[in-house]
Amino acid sequence: MIALSIISWALLLTGSFFAIVGGIGIVRLPEFFSRMHGGGITDTLGAALIILGLCFAAGGWLVVAKLLMILFFLFVTSPSSCHALARSALSQGVKPVLEIDSVRKSDSLLKNDSVGKHGSLPEVVPVSGSESPND
Amino acid sequence: MTLHASDMMSPALLITSVAILITMTLALIRAMLGPTVFDRVLALNMMGTKTVLLICVVGFLTGRTDFLDLALLYSLMNFIGMVTLLRFSQVGHFGDSAENSARVDGDTDGEWLLRNEGGDAS
Repeated sequence: MIALSIISWALLLTGSFFAIVGGIGIVRLPEFFSRMHGGGITDTLGAALIILGLCFAAGGWLVVAKLLMILFFLFVTSPSSCHALARSALSQGVKPVLEIDSVRKSDSLLKNDSVGKHGSLPEVVPVSGSESPND
Repeated sequence: MTLHASDMMSPALLITSVAILITMTLALIRAMLGPTVFDRVLALNMMGTKTVLLICVVGFLTGRTDFLDLALLYSLMNFIGMVTLLRFSQVGHFGDSAENSARVDGDTDGEWLLRNEGGDAS
């Protein structure tokens, strides 16, 4: 019983850690497809570790069966919805940022100039000419 | 009661629920900031998954088994809502009636997603 509690503690705390890491990633990462990676961490590692930790804390096979069913549905539905989201974004013209200069530029846009206040798309292609983000 | 949320487990459950709430807050921040609609949809998907996890953890914390059924239902509803929203964003309509198909056959289907950037409630 003590061993089960220790395993459950470890799994729950690791799952919480990965959930917070994914949450920080979805806020801090520079562009959409990187943010999708941050969301994928919480959907797979965070959810799986937390639900497995709850399985070790549960008493009774019915509870464990329900938790494993929830885990199965999360593992089926979350990657497929993520795949549909990426395909939809690609088909609507959101381009992934592949060059490190434009990543740095959009990162500085994220830091200095607020992306969300203007609600404008961060520039995914490096434009010719110099721009000066007003501080 | 078939759940045994003993005194040894309840601090871990409390820590986990607080971590899930922090993650939901961060996803909400991204949903408010998100430059495109897809960022908001990603944050919404994350909110749904975290809601399922939070229902499970709170069910263990209060010792109620029936919360797990709610979590199961919520995960399925989350998936259906996400697929519906993404299909709507891809083709621009829900059904495939004749006039809608004729309307969408132009090359401007779904362009409103990227044009709708003016900060209004989308």
